[in-house]
Amino acid sequence: MSATRRTSVVALVTLLASMAGAMLMLNAIDGPWRNAADHEALYLRSAKVLQRMSLGYTGLLADIYWTRAVQYFGEEHHKDSSNYALLAPLLDITTQLDPRLLPAYEFGANFLAPKPPLGAGLPDAALALIDYGIKHNPDDWRLYYDLGFLYYTELKDYAKAADAFRRGAELPVTNMYMSILAARMAQHAGEFDTARMLWRSTYENSKEPRIQQNAVEHLLALRVDEDVTQLENIVAKYREQKGRLPASMNDLERAGFLGGTPLDPKGHPYMLMADGRIEVQDPQNLYFITKGLPPGMNPPQPPREKRPTSN
Amino acid sequence: MSSDGMNSGGMKWRIGYIAFNTFREAVRDRVLYNLIAFALLLSGAAILVSQVSIDIERLVVVNLGLTAVSLFGVVIAIFIGIGLVSKEIDKRTLYTVLSRPVRRWEFVVGKFLGLTGTLVVNTLFMSFGVFLALLYVAHRFERMDGWVLVALYFIVLQFLIVCALALFFSSFSTPLMSAVFTFALFVVGSLAEDLRGFARIARGATGAVATAAAYLVPNFSALNVIGQVAHGDAIPARLILYNTAYALLYSAMAISGAVLIFQRRNLK
Amino acid sequence: MAAIEILDLEKSYRVGFWRSRIKPALRPLRLTIEAGEIFGFLGPNGAGKTTTLKLLMGLVFPTSGTARILGMEIDDPRVKSQIGFLPEQPYFYDYLSARELLNYYGQLSGVPAKGRAARVEQMLGRVGLSDAAGMQLRKFSKGMLQRVGLTQAILHEPKVVFLDEPMSGLDPMGRREVRDLIQQLRSEGKTVFFSTHILSDAEALCDRVGIIHQGELRGVGSVAELTSETQGKVEIIFYAERVPAGLTSLGAEARVSGEVVNAVLPEEQQDAALEVLRRERLRLISLAPVRSSLEEYYIQKLKPAESMTAEKPKEDNRKGAVV
Repeated sequence: MSATRRTSVVALVTLLASMAGAMLMLNAIDGPWRNAADHEALYLRSAKVLQRMSLGYTGLLADIYWTRAVQYFGEEHHKDSSNYALLAPLLDITTQLDPRLLPAYEFGANFLAPKPPLGAGLPDAALALIDYGIKHNPDDWRLYYDLGFLYYTELKDYAKAADAFRRGAELPVTNMYMSILAARMAQHAGEFDTARMLWRSTYENSKEPRIQQNAVEHLLALRVDEDVTQLENIVAKYREQKGRLPASMNDLERAGFLGGTPLDPKGHPYMLMADGRIEVQDPQNLYFITKGLPPGMNPPQPPREKRPTSN
Repeated sequence: MSSDGMNSGGMKWRIGYIAFNTFREAVRDRVLYNLIAFALLLSGAAILVSQVSIDIERLVVVNLGLTAVSLFGVVIAIFIGIGLVSKEIDKRTLYTVLSRPVRRWEFVVGKFLGLTGTLVVNTLFMSFGVFLALLYVAHRFERMDGWVLVALYFIVLQFLIVCALALFFSSFSTPLMSAVFTFALFVVGSLAEDLRGFARIARGATGAVATAAAYLVPNFSALNVIGQVAHGDAIPARLILYNTAYALLYSAMAISGAVLIFQRRNLK
Repeated sequence: MAAIEILDLEKSYRVGFWRSRIKPALRPLRLTIEAGEIFGFLGPNGAGKTTTLKLLMGLVFPTSGTARILGMEIDDPRVKSQIGFLPEQPYFYDYLSARELLNYYGQLSGVPAKGRAARVEQMLGRVGLSDAAGMQLRKFSKGMLQRVGLTQAILHEPKVVFLDEPMSGLDPMGRREVRDLIQQLRSEGKTVFFSTHILSDAEALCDRVGIIHQGELRGVGSVAELTSETQGKVEIIFYAERVPAGLTSLGAEARVSGEVVNAVLPEEQQDAALEVLRRERLRLISLAPVRSSLEEYYIQKLKPAESMTAEKPKEDNRKGAVV
């Protein structure tokens, strides 16, 4: 082998070996041991300073901060964290750098207000974020939708929710759900149909998989809540007619109240308890349900590993 | 071969001679002193700025001083690094060097070492300025000032990578293009953490490209601890170790690439 | 042993935006240069002289073929300590002084540290740069730089020295100095391979010349043979205002310039011609046999091939022709 060839071979081997080594080191550097300490610090909280430092490239910087916010939320969520201290400032910075970055508001409405571990538990911060968004995008119906959504789901202020949906419905460009939701808020706010419509339109109008997943789980939970309510009404009717509680679902079927054994969204039959309550078999896997739970159990939250963190 | 032993014996000396000549060229360049003077001026300006920002004098001095050291060092590294090979080809000085018993890889490695040495000396000078400014505002050194040394060490590691990249690009490209490539990689590399984050959440072809880019782009963000040390935070020993290994491996990768290309290049 | 053996060395470059066109820079070249020889490589600019030297120095890589220097392949690292090279219009690290530069090249060439400084001083003295040794090269004149360049090429006492256009761009004094240096190398027994497009330099210095044109070796010849070869003609120069009628009848070609006539005629007519001059009472200035010049040889080698390449560019029968 000539000297030149030999050098080339050695250089190639060194290149591949050092590349592999550098990749390993990169993984070591980015290991979980460092994230914890590192990410909790956000050195520049002032969007104004960032704006100046970006030399006018605020759009790009906003995109970077938006990616950071989504990533931060995903990682914290994955770690089963109950602390989302940076989500609000990250979203604030993002929207101040680019006030027209609408997905940031949608994300804020969905995940800033709910209590941990689903969200940051900061409804006021969520409201402030969306108010800021409306101020800068007064003609976009989606922000009114986000506002109404927030009032309805987290703050349970149906009058304000109705107001938000109506304002959104009056815009030149709007969405058909807006006027319907506005109308329903007044009288049917607590009904399943209203809630279902809200989550359904959230699912249909969002492009963010995390938000869509959240909507699907809420829709399933609504179905369970509705089923349980109906079944408990049937049990009550049975008791009225027969003077006693049914012993099993079969009793209800034989008496002609049911056409078969009803199943929950997971395919398990609903259970009739001795005291006439209805329970689901596997409450841990039916997130957000408020009915059909064993006494004293809180509405279950989705476990971390089932949440989409990688897409 | 009997003379082979003699050859490899002279080899390390030759690399040393080339490195020393590279160093000598850099220190005789007036542009270098202008840049260092500018960096020192910025450290000095930090004192002025810190006087208006009460209670955070130290913070401002460390942030501004180290940022100046880092940015001016990168400019120097790129400025000198891109010319290392191409200038020698343009001016045909390389012809006489390579007609000596100098192998091409020795030339590349010698150039790299010479440039690295130049930057280490520069950084020493500029660091001296930063510590003077620190002493001026704080009147004494504290224990946490030791972490500033770690930050400076990381900055030197950054320079190592920048030098290697500049050398890599200039082994096949024009000085201007090399400068553009290197600077672009410096900017992207400073956002490496975001790129890696993006690679984690992207999927499909985008995800594959992003992952490949995240691994190939030099990770300068992990080497930037200016913010932490300005607050007096400790730097984990593990990070020092990993960063050192990473910078050395990455530089070795870029230099091997440069050798591979330069080895076969026709010097027209 | 041959100092340089070039065995069908060939180089072509890919040119054009897509690098799709192939442009030959050197057609297969076969040439042997003996040890101790001073060989002149002649040809117009762009003929392939520099390409050949760069191939031999390992600066560019051959498309095909190979070459040996002192019996070793050119990519053998040991070759480099035995050769010296002066590129065309050399330019050196201008931030260095002549002394620093020579010391650097001495280091690279493996000149032992012990006698290096003394060797540098001695060489500087030899080329008359002792006074300017501490000055930065950026302040050097072209002639001084050329002398520095020559010095770096021979500093480590190489056996074979390659010089690319060593005399170009120099004033008459500078050229004289370079000539003297090459003569000196010859007396030291070194092999010198130098390229030039200045024929008089080659004629004065070389043992042999090779003529290259359009990347192709057109001829190789010994200068002594070339210039000693008479052509059977004599040249007569004498004072006259017109050509005497008797000369033209002897078959002379004559020119009148002012008061002098210059006539060339066959050797056997020499006596008859002198008789004509005596009869006409014309004063003779000189009479000498006409010798071939390198120039004639050079022109002859370049010319026919040009018309030939226009018709049959592939034809190659002149390659390596020895006169």
